[in-house]
Amino acid sequence: MINYIWSAMIIFSVITAFFTGSTDALTSAIISSASDAVSLCIRLGGTICLWGGLMEIAEKSGLTGAVCRLLSPFLKIIFPKMNMKGATAKAISMNVTANLLGLGNAATPLGLEAMKRLQSENSSKDKASSDMIKFVVMNSAAFHLIPTTVAAMRQDYGSKNPFDIMPASWVSSAFALVVGLTAATVIIRISEVIKWKK
Amino acid sequence: MEKITSYILPVITAVIVIFGFAKGLKVFDCFVTGASRGLQSAVKLLPPLMGLVVGVTMLRQSGALEVITKMLLPLAKLTGIPSDVLPLTVLSPISGSGSLTMFEQILKNFGPDSVEGRVASVIMGSTETTFYAVTVYYGSVGIRKSGCTVPAALLADMTSFIVSAMSVSVFDI
Repeated sequence: MINYIWSAMIIFSVITAFFTGSTDALTSAIISSASDAVSLCIRLGGTICLWGGLMEIAEKSGLTGAVCRLLSPFLKIIFPKMNMKGATAKAISMNVTANLLGLGNAATPLGLEAMKRLQSENSSKDKASSDMIKFVVMNSAAFHLIPTTVAAMRQDYGSKNPFDIMPASWVSSAFALVVGLTAATVIIRISEVIKWKK
Repeated sequence: MEKITSYILPVITAVIVIFGFAKGLKVFDCFVTGASRGLQSAVKLLPPLMGLVVGVTMLRQSGALEVITKMLLPLAKLTGIPSDVLPLTVLSPISGSGSLTMFEQILKNFGPDSVEGRVASVIMGSTETTFYAVTVYYGSVGIRKSGCTVPAALLADMTSFIVSAMSVSVFDI
């Protein structure tokens, strides 16, 4: 899937640039994006280290276990086969917590920790397991209780009430989450049935 | 309420450290152990991120994004998404920094309390950069076959766009 989308992105861009005459802009875009990717990676590396360190403390002190117990009724619905006392469930619940609090910078490194645990339980190492798919879909539908960044920007531009979008944003996230997870679960089931019949 | 958001991060950091300290952990040693693992994942992320950034920048700079947006215009009318917010919905699954810039422009041109501003705010608050999430999460552990992740996540994104436009009028905020 990614292979097709990526090829389409590049081919379509080059064709459009030929027609619109923006090949100069495209040339500099290709060159500058390479260094942009490196600086993005370094920035991300910093937050990964920071949260990796903080999580080690939270894990050893039993804090992650407590958060996990709190979220386990919700996680059980999405990941019915998962052991709620295991390391994977703990890592996922920390990622969910960061998302709920609108801490995007923390959610990614914590999510990567969860992916590492999911990968250690995965039977074929280059193929995403069904729990991984559900986890990534869950993250892309990001449920923020407090949309920190958006509210801050609204305030900067003179909104009378920067937080009044919250209820609409919850409803919208909830719908996205349910639709995304249902679609993923249904597709996984169908492909399992097809494989089983073969 | 404005103040609360600026307390979240410092309070969480403090809670983690205090909790660890109270349990008698060597908190700094623990921190270093955890942090040293982080750099390895960051290095693994560079190749997939490079690919994504190149593709997205090309799409934006070539004008291809405007072409896609124009093609989707009839769909926008059908779903009730304001046509000036449409570019944001095209950009938000593929580029986090790009959609932030676009969001800022909408806030500047229409004001944060206009219909356009509110729909854009709800969209920004309820979606994440899907392609970035897929690239980074799978890239970090070396997954190449993502199965139905992308279609399911994009379906979730589309749901969120449409519900965003609807809920703004329902809540009449």
